[in-house]
Amino acid sequence: MQFSRQAAIVGVHEHETRWAPDKTAFQIATESARAALADAGLTSNDVDGYFTAGVDGMAPALMCDHLNIRPKVVDSTSIGGTSFLAHAAHAVSAIATGRCEVALITYGSTAASHSVAVGTRGRYGVEIPEQYELPYGVTTVGAYAMCAQRHMYEFGTTSAQLAEIAVTFRRHAVLNPYAKYREPITVDDVLASRVISSPLHLLDCCIISDGGGAVVVTSAARARDCAKPPVWILGAGETVFHPEAGKRDFLRMAASQTAPIAFAQAGVTHDDIDMCMIYDSFSITVMMTLENLGFCKLGDGGAFVSGGRLALGGALPTNTDGGGMSSNHPGMRGIFLMIEATKQLRGECGERQVPDCKLALAHGTGGALGTRHGGVTLILGRD
Amino acid sequence: MAEWNKPLPQMDPESKPFWEACRRHELYLQQCQACGTHYYYPRQTCPACLSSDVRWVKLSGRGQVYTFTVTYQHAGAGFRDHLPFVLGYVELEGTNGVKMLTNIVDCEPQSVTIGMPVQVTFVDVNEEIAIPLFKPMSDE
Repeated sequence: MQFSRQAAIVGVHEHETRWAPDKTAFQIATESARAALADAGLTSNDVDGYFTAGVDGMAPALMCDHLNIRPKVVDSTSIGGTSFLAHAAHAVSAIATGRCEVALITYGSTAASHSVAVGTRGRYGVEIPEQYELPYGVTTVGAYAMCAQRHMYEFGTTSAQLAEIAVTFRRHAVLNPYAKYREPITVDDVLASRVISSPLHLLDCCIISDGGGAVVVTSAARARDCAKPPVWILGAGETVFHPEAGKRDFLRMAASQTAPIAFAQAGVTHDDIDMCMIYDSFSITVMMTLENLGFCKLGDGGAFVSGGRLALGGALPTNTDGGGMSSNHPGMRGIFLMIEATKQLRGECGERQVPDCKLALAHGTGGALGTRHGGVTLILGRD
Repeated sequence: MAEWNKPLPQMDPESKPFWEACRRHELYLQQCQACGTHYYYPRQTCPACLSSDVRWVKLSGRGQVYTFTVTYQHAGAGFRDHLPFVLGYVELEGTNGVKMLTNIVDCEPQSVTIGMPVQVTFVDVNEEIAIPLFKPMSDE
């Protein structure tokens, strides 16, 4: 079944802050909501669907309280940093079935100014599977690093190939005035940075920043009255992957299941995609995601990312905002993937604009690749 | 008892036989009697067919490293004072390829390789809990 342009992104905002000791996470989310609604030509009175993640407890109730809204649909699906992409997919369903008309997705975080060691604090919690993990000191970066190690073993992937991903996205960050790190880096810089969890170096890892954002999704009918041209959600796939009771190979990831669904719904192929936004928690995440999405064969990722293919001007410009390793990563980056893809499709990206961008793919990987992760693919297109 | 200021497993009805076996320094896994599947982590319904007819089976404790990472940075108590350490998955002998998350110990972290033969070893952390770790296979 095709989505048939039933719902569109009509408002986006990425909060400019990367360091906000003077703000609360709720404030960042709310300021982002205000700006995204203004971008769409709407107000909070129009919102009748609300989606969020990264807020503990009764997340929608807490945030609806703060925003002072009473929506008809609420959803706090929490599958890691990609959650917001799942929210967008769920918003399409809610809108298509008439349960709501204007869906607001928000995110806010002060991870950096509150000194949250996002990637190295160790997993926490008391859920059933974690008793077999916590005593061993698994960290987020460690869980991805184990996948990278296996990838190198199976396919001969090198640290220099992984480093090229970080170098390419830093070049994009140079063009993004809001990016946290804008000094160009080289492959040698990445390889010379200290190892956090082998084989991943410091510069293979996403940064920690403050930040947030908001996205507004509405019906086709309502989209025609909005301030900006609609960016259609043409296809969506979501799932969660886990160790499969001990049988997983750690090279296949959620993207291998979500991409065929999203492409089929959109009725497009890989060659049609003009740019990608790939959740770059770590360099290895990007390489494995591109393989699992089907842009290249499993194991060919090292060669695929070489030669500037992912750079602006390359065959598949990716993470044009600079991504999570350079621009911002407040803990859950998924919402920024939709925001940058939308801006690219609207032609609003200035120096980092992909020429004549008509179709974009966003894929978020949340959680920990080597234990449990969520994955969501969205395919977005303009008129 | 070893000094242990890392997180401890919280025994529950599904995990108790596993941890009790570890306390005896024995590594047990479950196998479904309906479909034959070996699996880990422990649970009282088979993750392949949801049968409750599952049985505990004793393993040799041997295996090989499937993948690993040498952890150089960890912000958590109990770990930050013991860097670097090796986190890895070990593929367990006699289980048709079941992998278990663990630490590889009693060797230089930088000497660990994928495919390396390892054997289980247990660290007693209190009266009830012994944690299964793996060390390089000895030559004997």
